This record gives sequence, C-alpha cells and structure tokens, in this order.
Amino acid sequence: MGYVEFTREMKRDYTILVPNMLPMHFEMIVQVLRNYGYHLDLLRSSGHKIADTGLKYCHNDACYPAILVIGQFIDALQSGKYDPHKTALIMFQTGGGCRASNYIFLIRKALEKAGYGYVPVISLNLLGLEKHSGFQLTPSKLIRMVYALILGDLLMTLVNQTRPYEVEPGSARELAARLTRELADEMAQKKVTYFWVRKACGRVIQAFRQLPVAPQEKVRVGVVGEIYVKFSPLGNNNLEDFLVSEGAEVSMPGLLDFFMCSCWCHMMDFKLYGMRKREYLLQKIMLRYLMHKQRDQIQMLKQAGYHAPTPFLHVTELVEGYIGIGTEMGEGWLLPAEMLELYESGVKNIVCAQPFGCLPNHICGKGMMKPLKEKNPGMNIVAIDYDAGATVVNQENRLKLMLANARENQEAQKSQSA
Amino acid sequence: MDFLGLDIGSTTAKAVLVRGGKVIYQKYDRHFSRVRERARELVEEVRQLIGGERIKVAVSGSAGLGLAEAAEVPFVQEVFATSEVVKRKAPETDCVIELGGEDAKIIFFDGGIDQRMNGTCAGGTGAFIDQMATLLNVSVGELDALSLNHSRIYPIASRCGVFAKTDIQPLLNQGARKEDVAASIYQAVVNQTIAGLAQGRRIRGNVLFLGGPLYYCKGLRQRFCETLELDEQHACFPEYGRFAVALGAAMYAEKNGLETDCDALIARFDRCKNVGAGRGNLKPLFENEAQHAEFAARHGKNDVPRGEISAYTGEAYLGIDCGSTTTKLVLLGRDDEILYSYYASNRGAPVEIVKEQLEKIYALGGERIRIVGSAVTGYGEELIRNAFGVDCGIVETIAHYTAARHFQPDVDFILDIGGQDIKCFRIKNGAIDSIMLNEACSSGCGSFLETFAHAMGMSIEEFARRGLYGAHPADLGSRCTVFMNSSVKQSQKDGATVEDISAGLSISVVKNALYKVIRVGSAQELGRHVVVQGGTFLNDAVLRAFERELGLEVVRPAIAGLMGAYGAALYSKKCRTSSLISPEELKGFTHTATSAVCGGCMNHCHLTVNRFGGRKYISGNQCARGAGQSAGETDLPNLYAFKREYLTGLKSGPARRGTIGLPLALGMYELLPMWHAIFTSLGFQVQVSGLSTRHTYELGQFSIPSDTACYPAKIMHGHIEELIDQGVDAIFYPCLTYNVDEHGGDNHYNCPVVAYYSELLQGNVERLQHMRFLYPYLNINNASRLARGLMQCLHAWRPEISRGEMRAAVKAGLAAREAYVQAVRREGEKAVAIAREKGKRIMVLSGRPYHIDPEINHGIDKLAASLGFAVVSEDSVCHLAAKPEVQVLNQWTYHARLYRAAEFAAENPDVELVQLVSFGCGVDAITTDEVRAILERRGKFYTQIKIDEITNLGAVKIRLRSLIGALEEKNHGIC
Repeated sequence: MGYVEFTREMKRDYTILVPNMLPMHFEMIVQVLRNYGYHLDLLRSSGHKIADTGLKYCHNDACYPAILVIGQFIDALQSGKYDPHKTALIMFQTGGGCRASNYIFLIRKALEKAGYGYVPVISLNLLGLEKHSGFQLTPSKLIRMVYALILGDLLMTLVNQTRPYEVEPGSARELAARLTRELADEMAQKKVTYFWVRKACGRVIQAFRQLPVAPQEKVRVGVVGEIYVKFSPLGNNNLEDFLVSEGAEVSMPGLLDFFMCSCWCHMMDFKLYGMRKREYLLQKIMLRYLMHKQRDQIQMLKQAGYHAPTPFLHVTELVEGYIGIGTEMGEGWLLPAEMLELYESGVKNIVCAQPFGCLPNHICGKGMMKPLKEKNPGMNIVAIDYDAGATVVNQENRLKLMLANARENQEAQKSQSA
Repeated sequence: MDFLGLDIGSTTAKAVLVRGGKVIYQKYDRHFSRVRERARELVEEVRQLIGGERIKVAVSGSAGLGLAEAAEVPFVQEVFATSEVVKRKAPETDCVIELGGEDAKIIFFDGGIDQRMNGTCAGGTGAFIDQMATLLNVSVGELDALSLNHSRIYPIASRCGVFAKTDIQPLLNQGARKEDVAASIYQAVVNQTIAGLAQGRRIRGNVLFLGGPLYYCKGLRQRFCETLELDEQHACFPEYGRFAVALGAAMYAEKNGLETDCDALIARFDRCKNVGAGRGNLKPLFENEAQHAEFAARHGKNDVPRGEISAYTGEAYLGIDCGSTTTKLVLLGRDDEILYSYYASNRGAPVEIVKEQLEKIYALGGERIRIVGSAVTGYGEELIRNAFGVDCGIVETIAHYTAARHFQPDVDFILDIGGQDIKCFRIKNGAIDSIMLNEACSSGCGSFLETFAHAMGMSIEEFARRGLYGAHPADLGSRCTVFMNSSVKQSQKDGATVEDISAGLSISVVKNALYKVIRVGSAQELGRHVVVQGGTFLNDAVLRAFERELGLEVVRPAIAGLMGAYGAALYSKKCRTSSLISPEELKGFTHTATSAVCGGCMNHCHLTVNRFGGRKYISGNQCARGAGQSAGETDLPNLYAFKREYLTGLKSGPARRGTIGLPLALGMYELLPMWHAIFTSLGFQVQVSGLSTRHTYELGQFSIPSDTACYPAKIMHGHIEELIDQGVDAIFYPCLTYNVDEHGGDNHYNCPVVAYYSELLQGNVERLQHMRFLYPYLNINNASRLARGLMQCLHAWRPEISRGEMRAAVKAGLAAREAYVQAVRREGEKAVAIAREKGKRIMVLSGRPYHIDPEINHGIDKLAASLGFAVVSEDSVCHLAAKPEVQVLNQWTYHARLYRAAEFAAENPDVELVQLVSFGCGVDAITTDEVRAILERRGKFYTQIKIDEITNLGAVKIRLRSLIGALEEKNHGIC
C-alpha cells in the first residue's frame, strides 16, 4: 500500500489541514502542534456543500463521518485558499475492526479522484500504522495533546452545565471561546507542564463560577454515540444547540473516556486472546496516566459544585450483565457504559447519535437498548441516525418526543416527591 | 371554552374540536403539501361553526412542527399526544400500533411505557400503500377491496418501500393476480412494522390500532390480526382511530394550549406565509424561456427517420420492451424507419397491452406488412415471448447498447434511466468495457418522479414542465427515494414551491445516477460522446440537470423512451421468418394466471402459472425444476452446493454430556466443522440449525433491534429460535474479534456484526435468557488459548471436562477445520479443471461464507449454473492467486479472500467474478471499489449483486445475462 509521505522538507512550508470535530479541543491541539513548527489550519466550513462534495468523491455507502471529512478536505482544496501543492491533510486513525480504520484510505482515494493524489495525508495514530518522517508522534507531543484534551473536556463540560442557565444569552460560549484562545496562546508561549494545566483548570473553573447564572428547572439530556456525530455540530445538525433551545441541559461524556476506552480495548487483546503482549504494557501505562488525570479533573469539578464525570474504572464495571468488555470495535462497550454512567448520575434522557447503518452500533447501540431500558426504569433513549439524506425534520420530531417524555417524567417525579 | 387540536401529518391534515369532553367537530383531509393553506381552511371551518368564541389550540404532526414554530402555536409531539389519548380513552390497552402517512409508531404500555417510531429508512406506511396502489393502477380503496379476495401471500421484502417495489413489479409482470399482490403489500407493511418497530418486544395483549391507513384499509387490519394472532377481543380499531393524534392535541390544548379565537389564529397562519429562509441555493435549470428553446432545438435534431404504417408495404421488424413500469413497442421498416411506436405505462397488465397493440398493428398494416422478425426485452421478456411466440429475447442492456450505437457509432458512454433501473455502459474500442447498474436501494428513477407528480396531483409532464423554471431548486439529497420524500417535506416547510421541488427532484435523480451508480468524479471520465436515453430523459428538467452537473453536452435521441424496443427491433433483423402469433391466433388469445408452490426442493418457490390457450409459462422459479424440467445444472460443478452439502452432512455422536446447538448463520458458516468436531469430541451431541428458509427469518423477526442491519444477521434470530424449539441444552455462538489468520492481509478481523452478534442476541432474544447461551470471547488462532477459553466457558456447566480432554478436542477441531478448507480448495481446483475440459465459463461467486445459504442468496448460485457457469466460491480459489495490491487497509479475513479471488479472476480469461453484497454491509462500501479496480486493471468486467430480503431474481438475472451478453459481444461482436 503506497502512500505519499509527509517529509521533513514539507514541514517547513506546508499547511496541514485539520478536520473539525470538537471545536474547543481541536483548537488547542492545533496550537500544541504549532509549537512544534507545523503550520496548521483548522477547517471550520459547514453547510450542505460539504456533504455534497463528499458524496461526489466517496462511495455513497461509506459512513457519514467519512463523507463529511472528505467533503471538508476537498472543499478546502478546491476553495483556492490553499496551494494544493503546499498542503497536507491530517486525520486521526483508530485502527481496529471497524471500517473507520479505513478513513485514511478513503480520503486518499477521494483525493486521487479529485485530482489531488499528490497531497500527503498524515495518519495520526498510536499504533504505528504508518510512518511519516516529517510528522512523528513523540511522547512530548503526545503528552501535550493530552493536556489539550483535558482542557477541552473541561471547557465542554462547563459550557454544557452553564449555558442553559446563563443570564446573558451566549455568555457561556463566549467565555469558553475566550478561554480557549487564551489557553491556546499560553500554550504557544510556554513549555507546558501538568502543573500549568492544573492551574489553568482551576482558572477555567473559577471563570465559569463567576459567570452570572439564574437557576431554573431544566431537563437533563445526555448525548452519546459514534464519536464523530456525537461531537461534531456538522455531523449532528447542531444537536447541542437544538437541545439547549428546547430547554435542556446537555451532558456529554468527554473525549478522554474514548481514549481510555481505546487503551482498554488494546489491553483486552492481550487479556482475552494473548495477543500483543508488548503493547499491553504500554497501553496499561497510558491508561493509568489518563485515569490519574481524570481523577484530578473529577476532584476539581466536584469541589466547585459541578457534575463531574464518572471514574473510568467504575464505567467499565457498569456494563457487567449487559455486554462483554471485549466488544472493542467502534465505541464498543463504552456506548452502553456511557448510557449507564449518565443514568447513574441522574441523567435519564439520552440521545444515541450514530451514522446511518453504523456497524458496531447495531450491536452496542440499538442492540443494547432493550436490556438497558428493561433494567433501568425510566431510561428514555432515542436513537437518531445521521446521514447526508436524512432530514432535520425527522430528527427533530424524534428528539421532541424524547423531550416531551422527559418533561413528563420530571413532572411525575416532582409530584411524587412533593 | 373549546379545545382545538390540529394534526398535520405528512399527507393529511386532521382537526378535532372538543367541547365539554365531547367532540363537536372533526375533519380528515389530504393536504397535498399545502400545509399552511389547509390548516387555515380547517380553522376557517371551525369558525363557521363557533364564530368568535374563545378556544385553546395546539398543533401536532410532522408537517405541523414547522407551522407551529412559525405561527408560535404550542406544539405537541404526535406519539406523545397519542399516548395521552390512549391513557385516557382506552386505559386497558397494552400496545398501540399507529400508521400514518410516512411515520409508523408503536407504543407499549405493559411494563412501562415504551414508544418507538420508525427510523430513517422505513417507508412501509400510508405513503407506501399509495405508491403501491399507483403501481397497480388502482385507487387505495380498490386495493383494499382486492386484498380481501386474495388466495395467497407472496413474500415481499419489507425493509423499505423501494425494496418492496422491486419485489412487486416483477410479480405483476409475471402475471400474478392483483388480489394476491394487494394482500402481499399489506403483509409487507405488517412485517415491516413488526420487524422495524417492535424491535424485540412481542406485541400481545390488547392492541389498539390507530391512524388513517388502519382506519380505511380493512385488508390491512386483517393482515395485522392474522399475523399477530389477535382475536376480536384483543384487536381494537376505534372509531376515533384517524383522529387520535388530533384528539391528543386537543387534550394537550386544554392544559397548555394557546388561548385565542379563530380569527386571531387565522391571522397567525397568514403572518407566517413568507416564512422559509432556508430555500435551496441551487441555480435554476433555465434562466428564461429563450434558453430552454435553444436547448430544445439542439436536442430536437437527434431524431430517427419515420415511415407511414398505412402506406408501407413489405417486411417489418417488431421490437418490444416490456419494462418494469412501461411497455414499449417499435415496428421498423427495412431501412430502419419507425413505422409504428407505442409507449405507455403497463398498468400492471403487460400481456393485455401487448395484445392490444399487436391487434392494432395488424389492423393498420393489413396484408401489406409482413413481420419477419421480432424480439422482446425487459423484465417481462419471457412472459411476452411465451405468450406471443416472439422470436428472440435479448437482455435489455444489450438492446439499449444496440440502439445507442446505431444512433452514435462512436459513443463512449451510454446512460439509460428507465422507470426503475439505471444502466450505464462505458464503451472502449467499440466494445462494452464496463456495465454499471443501480442497486435496489438507489432506484431514484423515473417511477419515483411519476409517483411523486401524482402525489402532487399532476401528471409527470406537467410536473416536469414546472420544474424547468423553478427559481430556487430544492436541495433534496440523493441517498434514496424514501429519504427524498422526507427531504421534500422539509423543503416544503422551508417554503419551497412545486417548481422548486420538481427541479430539485430532477437534480437528485441525476446526482444519484452520477455519484452513486456510476461513481464518476469528472466529465472526462465519461468521454466525449455521451448518449442518454430511457423515458426519464424525455423530461427536459432531468436532461438539463444532467448536462449542467457534468458540464457537457450530450445526445438525447428523440426516441429516448423507446430505445430498448428500438434496439430489440434492430436485433430482430437477424431473423428471416417469424414465429410471432398470427392475426388469426391473436383473435383466440386467452391468458389466465394461477399460483402454485413448487415442490422441487426445499426452496418452495412461489410459482405463477400462466396459461395462453394451450401453452403454459411458469415464472417465479429459481431453478429449472420449477418450470417442470429436470434440474439441468447438475452436470456443472457448483461449489456453493458442495459447501452446503459438506456442512449439513456433518455427523455428531451420542449426547453423553448433553446437546449443544450451533446456529448455522453468520460466522458459523465458516467455522462449523471446527466447533462441530470440538463439541462432538467432548461428548456433546451437536445439533446444527438447518439451512435458512423464509420461515426461519419470520420465526425470529420479532426480536431484531436494528432494522438497518444486514439480512444474514437478521436471519440469525430465526436460527436461535429454531434451536430453542428443538430443546437443546445450550446454544453456542462465540464472540470472535479476530477470525482465522490466513496471512492474506494486514490483519484478520471479523466485521463487528459477525464478531459480536451474540451480545445483541443475549440482550434481545427473550427466550435465551432462560437457557444456557455460551458466547465466550475466543482466540481461534492459538490452540492452547482456545482450549483455555473453552474450558472457562464450559466450566460452570461441565466442570468434569479435563484439560487433556479439551486439548484433544481442540486438536480434533483444528484438524476438522483444516480438512474442510482443503476439501473446499480441492473441489475448487477440480471445478476449474472440469469447466475447462467442457469449455465452460467459470464464475467466482464471491461473497462471504454465509452467502451460500439458500435464503440469503435466493438461489443465485443455481441461476448462474443454469446460465452455463461453473460456480466456484471465493474461498475455493483464493489460494490460486497472489495477494493483490489494494489501496485500502486489508484487515478482514473474509475480504482478504475476496481480493485474492478477484486477482484469480483477473488473471484468467475464462473466469468471471460476481460479487455478492448484502444490503447494509458497511464494509463492502470499501471492498466493492477495490474489487472493481482489481478486475478492471486487467480489462475484466465487474458485476455486483446486492442482495437482501428481496426474493425476486429478475434483476439478478438481468445482471448475469448482461455479463454474458457483454462477454459474447466482446468476443464476437453483436448483430
């Protein structure tokens, strides 16, 4: 399998385009990488033409996230804003038995088809699936990207918990945007250490606490699902905004869980099958490290009176009796685990977002709903499929049903306790 | 105070006015997409009744959503509204089934309320029934009346409307009784509701049926009651069934409604007249009439010579194209001039139409014209050929190619969009280089436009004409027709006009053909001389959209809709004398159709027996046996049959330690010899569920949670039920993240569905929870690991099994597996040798191991054999070729075989590859392009067959015959 390498020489004057999945997280990750001398540009394009462009160059039955990412890349290359001969693309590659591992290749094929076969596509992965001499994932880069992740998760959590109650509409998001910018700038200036991250976290929490809010009753709605459509407003037709506009407080388990789960799944290969012994140790160390960071975050959030994420190890225990923890493709067992995590923390209303025809979600999403609902009374789940052809009307109508039930359940509970 | 509930669904608008707990006004009406106007009219009527009295109002329904937002009237979600009504009016209800225009819902009340709505891909509702009625050329009322007189039910795919259509159309063309088809349509709706919505929960107890279709269609009620085994006490069809949602909205209004009066409400509706900023951003098809005139003039030049039938004397040639929705006839004179032509919908009765037309031709031509050659093509080819003694039948791809080449000898690319099919040919060096056909699931073609035009209350011509000048064509997406329907709904909400929608639909049809079927990246790929044809291209809006999307001027023959018949007529010029039915014989022509079930094998094909006077033609059969002939394929090797025999012939020992059931589905098809040997050697009696039938699927359809999963996965539920019924002590289907490592790729994964389906079964098949279901996570590539895993898994049940015993069993299992692999490979080599000796073509029918199941492949292997191919499977020949270079991550065991099998086909001139793809197989979105690339690199044809529940092999036959036709044409040239 040949591919265009991103060489050391390219590093000097190439612009690397980054697809946008989580605005806050990615902005800081991009900033981290800039510190290593790369020129990066985070794509912010949206609208119909992204999916249209994607459909044009990619097999129409490919996953919706692939279609969007390809659409976004090719749209950018065709926009005239970049010199295609001085541009590279970067994509996160998960590996594993899900077809998502093939995104990188679908992107390359689409580029070929669109006449950009010479544009290098950098695979960002932890498994050494590909080598690019101009872009190597060193431990120092990796750790700093993790810091960006931590801060991103924190900002996201705080925005979600503040936004429905803000006195000044839009103030929570503005604050987050300002903080994102500031933190990104600081990361550019100084050598980032975890000590700094902890202090920054404290500062972020403090800033949010000072934001004027008016307590009012909201229904809490959790969002879980396939990683891209769960987080990306482009992928889920601005799900978060819709829910907030309907008077809900959104709760989204963070990206850190996804990475911890990814470590966990690699460890399972050794535990269940005796494979990849060497990686096992490395993954174990990484998982420990991430869990430690998560613990800090939980502590800080709790102290400040916010809802905090559930410790990862506890999450792994929650799915017992529902699904085997060896279910590792896609989001795997993490998907039902996150629903249970939400339920346990009092969020009984859940949107499960997935691309149309998502393979692992047949099992881990739709396949788990019956037992989940049976064993957890009052769990109110709605599964929403996202696709280039699916319409917002249909999606919103189903969301409204979930919300109507949510409100009714809340009323019932209130009258019961009163 | 009165309470007004408005329910504006996708096709109808309902209003209910409640005063003092009693309904004092109700109305049910189609709204023809005029949502706001119709709502206003309803309120107008209410005003006439109650004048200026105060009311409280709330709106519900999918189309009401947008209106409520714009007019700032409280909205209540329709399922929520229904639940409220049922709780109040029929509290003893256990389950509600509500069918609407485009939505289907189920609400369970027993054991905690649980509401379900159909997902994105499920059109089996009111709109679907409408579409099917159009297809049968009857009204919905007539359809219902017909269904009550049925004598049998045909299996019709119920996954979605488009699929169902693919099954129904050929039934009609084969002459099935309309009564039976009507009832089968209803049955499809029922099956879809159960499989798509119940998702694992049984529908039982007191069932309440709501919604328009269930109120009007008695036949549909009957089908539901029979299928769910409900008696009169338990099936309730209340008088308010149509109005349940509106009633719920009125009840909601009582608490949370907007207090107003009718005038103020009307004013609100009027205010939001111009709402809808989200209009399409596409350019209009034509800026002005002059532009269109110039366009029309350019295309007007591409005509053929015509002759006068009333004046012509001499020999003539008849071409008939009996297509899926239309029937076309062309009569050619000796200089290829068209003497007579006919083009019209076949109204579900093609035999009648051809008879009428022949009568007409004979009447017009009299003694002067002598028809010396005739040919027929299209879906109804065999029926018409048998009915009227037509001389030859040709596959439609070849007919269309013949016609297009006659028109433009240096053609590079032909695109034909017909009623239901899209066919594309790439021509290189005067021969067909590749053929692309649409799948069942992208039938965004002519018949869709037509049905849609009818839904808007106009003819297709009128609809198309209005689309030419739509100022802001709506962007409707291109995935499938069901999706398009809801996109239309959305753009109407955004204020799109009929003109915009018509233009938008034309653009969608084109995009679907270009990006989904042809997978084109740029105009250059198609070449310089492109011919477009098929009835759909007579629509100027579609033609214009096509030229615009590609930026290329193309040729559209004036007879675009007749090209199949024209090609057939040209083809028939080979003939010297004709066996076509004579005018005298035609006078005494009769046609009757009866149905029967074939007893030739366990497939039990549903046959339609057509009788034309003394002659008989049988259709619906998957192999030659059904037609009363001996199974003529037996002398050619068929690896699919070999594998089936091998797997079903495995023998187990006595039940020393109990019985263990192995479901023969998904990955079990690959590893059965191994598990079978392991458990037999451990002293279990192994019971394997049999090969699947339609009945297997139906047994398990109640517990399928995801309606978009692949058919091979869905059928697994039936196998589990079968095993439980057999009373086995345990069922075993392991979770295998990794499949056998054959070193054929970069990794050796299973797909997520094959790997973890047990997890889903455990959660959704109720009866499994009361029995021993073993689904350990195992590593099958390491004997000691495997033994350890199995020990752990069996420990609780049979702790006495010793380590040594297990090791021996695993050893036996691995040996059995190896023996199977070698046997298949040996047989593959033998098949290749035999075929070569006999000078037969070899077909690698390449899919996954579970595609050998007769219910999953619907007998395609036998069909291929009957067409003269020696059939080999992918795993029987993949060892004969090297690992090819692929552009993707080659990480699944089954796919690695697929690539190598493709390489084998590419290397050998007498081997063709046909890829079987199950609908919904996400991984095949990746492999199909690669397999195509491997084959086309060496100048081979790529043929893909998408399979699902659809049982009709009509489309498959066309694909395989096209392949044969193209191969022959490449070798010898046609005509």
